[in-house]
This record gives sequence, C-alpha cells and structure tokens, in this order.
Amino acid sequence: MKFTTLAMLAGGTVLLGSCATDSRDPTQVRAEALTMMQRDFKSQGIAGMDRLKEDSVLAACNKYDDNPPPELTAKLEKEQFATIQWPADGKLMGDWKAGERIAQNGQGMAWNDKGGVGGSCYNCHQIGPATTSFGTIGTSLHQFGKKRGYGPEIQRYAYGKIYNSKAYNLCSQMPRFGHVKALTEQQMKDLTALLMDPASPVNQ
Amino acid sequence: MRVALVVGLVAAVPWLQAAAQSVDPTAAEFDKFRAVLEKDNPAELFEAKGEHLWRTPGGPKKASLEKCDLGLGPGMVKGAYAQMPRYFADVDRVMDAEARIVHCMISLQGFSYAELAKAPFSNEVRTPDPVSLVAYVAGQSRGEKLAPGRSHPKELAAYNNGKAVFFYRAGSFDFSCASCHGVDNQRIRTQPLPNFTKPDQALAAVQGWPGYRMTGGVVHSLQWRLNDCFRQQRFPRPEYASETLSALMTYLTVNASGQVYKGPGIKR
Ligand code: HEC
Ligand code: HEC
Repeated sequence: MKFTTLAMLAGGTVLLGSCATDSRDPTQVRAEALTMMQRDFKSQGIAGMDRLKEDSVLAACNKYDDNPPPELTAKLEKEQFATIQWPADGKLMGDWKAGERIAQNGQGMAWNDKGGVGGSCYNCHQIGPATTSFGTIGTSLHQFGKKRGYGPEIQRYAYGKIYNSKAYNLCSQMPRFGHVKALTEQQMKDLTALLMDPASPVNQ
Repeated sequence: MRVALVVGLVAAVPWLQAAAQSVDPTAAEFDKFRAVLEKDNPAELFEAKGEHLWRTPGGPKKASLEKCDLGLGPGMVKGAYAQMPRYFADVDRVMDAEARIVHCMISLQGFSYAELAKAPFSNEVRTPDPVSLVAYVAGQSRGEKLAPGRSHPKELAAYNNGKAVFFYRAGSFDFSCASCHGVDNQRIRTQPLPNFTKPDQALAAVQGWPGYRMTGGVVHSLQWRLNDCFRQQRFPRPEYASETLSALMTYLTVNASGQVYKGPGIKR
C-alpha cells in the first residue's frame, strides 16, 4: 500500500530508473547466473554439459572468492590429497625429453580437440631456458630441482602437484591434470622428470 | 581490394608473414603491422558492406533493417552501439549489439534463429551478415563515450549475472574468465591478458571490436571472441547471441564505461 502511494507520487518509472537496485543476495545471483548458463550452453564435441558443474572444491572456491575459511580449506585439501593415485611401481621419474614435449603442448580438453592432451605447462610457467615464450600465471619452474633439492619428497611433491594441484593449494589456478584424467601416469612421470632430473635442461 | 593489398604485403615482408602466421607474434612486430594496417583498416570494408545490408531489402519478408530499433528509436543508428548492451522492453531482456541485430533480422526480415546461429563466425571464405552489420552499427559510434545501460533493474541484474559468470570456475581445468583476465600483467605464452576487472583494461574488451584480426585475416565480433575464450576455458559452447553472452558483455562494457570508443579496429 505504502509502496504504491510512493511510486505514484514520484512518478513510478523515473523513481525506478534512477535508483534501480538488485535486491538479490550473492548466493541468489550465482544460482540464477548458473541456471542461465545451463539454459544457454550446449554440449559440443568432447565438452559436455557436465562441465558446468562445480565439485566440492570449486563450490567452495566460487562461493568464497578463492579464499574459503581455513578449516574448510584444510578439510578439502586433505580430501583432494587422498584422490592422488601414486604410481604402482613406486617410480615417479620418467623421461625428461618426453616431458618437455608434453609441457610444450597446449592442446587438449577443448570442444574441438579429439584426444591427445598436452600439459600446457609453458602457457603458465617459465620452465626450460630455451623457451622464451612462456606465460606468467604460474611461478617460474626454472631450476626447480636444483633449487628445491632432488630428494624423494620433492619428487613426490612435483608428481602430486601435477596430479592434483588443489591438494596443496585449494583454489590454485592450476588444473588438476591427473584428477580429471587429462594426463596419464606416464605423462606425469615424464613431467616430473622434466622438473626433477639433474640432467634436464630445466636444472642447468 | 584493400584486403588483397594486405595479403600481398604479408606475403612480401618476412616479419609480417611471421606476425600473421605464428601463434605468438611479439608485441613489437604486431605494433608495426598495426601501423601499416591502421591507415587502411580492412574492417572499414565490412562497415560499408554492413551499411549496404542494412539499407537493402532482404530475408523472406524482403524488408530492410531501417526500422530496427537499436535503443534510440527505429532507424536511429548513430551513437546506438556505444549505449549497448541495454534493456529492450519488446523482448524484456538486455541485448548486446549483435544480439539486437539478430533479433531485428528475425522479427523484421523473417530469418530464423537456427539459420543465423548455424555458422555465425567469420572464416577465410565467408563473413556472416550479422558481423558486417555489427561493424556498420559500431562504426556509427566512432568517437562516442561508452554508456551501456545501467539504470533499468534488468540492466543491473545483467551486470551482476555477467559478473557471476565471469568469476564462475568450472570445466575440465577449473578455469573462469578471471583465471586469465583477473590479475594485472599476466600472459599466456607471450599473449598479454587484460585484467577486465579494472576500468582502463576493461576497455580492451570493447576497443577495436568488431575487429580485423590479422591471425586469420578476417573480421570478428565480440560474440566470436567470447565463444573462443569459452572454448579455451574448456567449457561447453555458449549459444550464439544468448543472454549469457549479453550479460558478460554488460559486465565488461560497464566496467569500461565513460571511455571513448574508436570504432571497428585491428586485433592481433
Ligand atoms: C593455468 C595455469 C597453469 C598451468 C596450465 C599449469 N600450472 Fe603449475 N601452477 C600454476 C600456479 C598459479 C601455481 C602457483 C600456485 C600454486 O602453487 O597452486 C602453480 C604451481 C606449480 C608448481 C609448484 C611450484 C612451487 O614452487 O611449489 C608446480 C611443480 C607446477 N605448477 C607444475 C606444473 C606443470 C608440470 C604443469 C603442466 C603439466 C603446470 N604446472 C601447468 C598455474 C598453472
Ligand atoms: C585459458 C585462458 C583464457 C580464458 C579462461 C579466457 N580467456 Fe579471454 N583471452 C585469452 C587470450 C589468450 C586472449 C588474447 C587472444 C589474442 O590476443 O589473440 C584473450 C582475449 C580476450 C578478449 C579480447 C581482448 C582484447 O584485447 O581484444 C576478451 C574480450 C576476452 N578474452 C574475454 C574473456 C571472457 C569474458 C572470458 C570468460 C568467458 C575469457 N576471456 C576467458 C585467454 C583466455
């Protein structure tokens, strides 16, 4: 009642025009935006509609602007760590030369890709010194082994990070290559060798 | 003619060739290339083609687009692009320029959405009509300040929805738009990534679009750019001219508002 009177007094549309507000709270905005996306997106090639879903990690990262409360972060990181499948043969190091090719390859998982996934590591990281066209979303991995040490724990960290980056840093911008089955065990071993083999150009 | 000239140039000069073909031309090479092109921007050819299409009766209804309402009243083209995306009462939703043009082609000329959405992006042999039309309409806002709609409740909702889409992480690689466009001075390989959350950098999402893209040598619109970024984001495909894309463009354009739009341009 009061509202009607007020609107009539002020001339309705003018009032609306000058002080339009979005009365929805952030959770509601996100929910409605997602509904809109689910309506407006179509599956194409290998990119199905299931890709619009958030798992527990992304639900937390999306909700808290990539900074969830510490307890939740710790709990989810632990869960992610538990998903890592370590090589059955216990060997974490493959062939760094093969690893270099995988790191260079930025293809894979897009709707126009058929199969054959690369690591796209150079898209985000400085790695081997010969490649100067590297991205800067990630930190430099140049001399990774040389700086961190060549021991088994660092090997495990490198392999685990590639397998599931979110096990170590919940809202990392780095993909979870093993977790989403983008890279095979052998590919991840080769990449670990690229970072950790003392003979790899990365460590010169 | 001009396009042929540009192609000739590219073939003749090795660094131009490298710039046009390699995935990562260095910024310096690109700037030289752009300096050559800017005097004779090939996008202008498509503005002229778009103007012809606008005025010529076409489609099943044999009607021109001269009665199309781009927000300033039927037939008013001057300055309209700089004020989009905006709310349109007749469809009760916010539309970006290309979505609006597509709407007019459907309602005035009798085209079907399915037909227009089947192959909506330019390639070496074909530039779809909506792309030329949006180039024409955009050219008519050269020198205008960006003033997208931000007063109607649905315009505000579109901004907030677009923002939510921008920050929504999902897909095989857990990316959102912000993964690549949310921080200053980041690159993928050598390609600089504008931070669209900042007004000065958000201008890159509008300035030069639609644009002649030297990689591929065709004119593309923002619809194409966002489509290709969703591909890189490993998401499924957004429908052409959909509300989600209009909402994203609202977010990007409002962030850039107040700055001067220079018309269709040149992109790497
Ligand atoms: C889209 C960006 C992106 C891609 C692609 C990417 N990373 Fe990362 N990576 C990051 C970011 C950001 C960090 C730092 C934040 C963190 O630790 O999560 C990081 C951290 C790392 C670390 C830990 C570094 C340290 O000093 O502790 C390693 C190891 C690593 N990445 C290896 C790789 C390898 C190998 C690949 C390719 C298979 C790869 N990354 C692909 C973004 C990326
Ligand atoms: C995985 C990386 C990645 C993601 C995710 C991504 N983009 Fe991009 N985007 C790029 C790259 C690389 C370029 C530059 C391409 C070029 O220069 O040719 C770019 C360019 C653009 C441009 C043109 C900028 C200019 O200067 O002309 C716009 C606009 C844009 N992106 C918007 C978006 C939006 C909106 C999203 C989310 C839907 C998004 N991008 C997601 C990598 C990405």
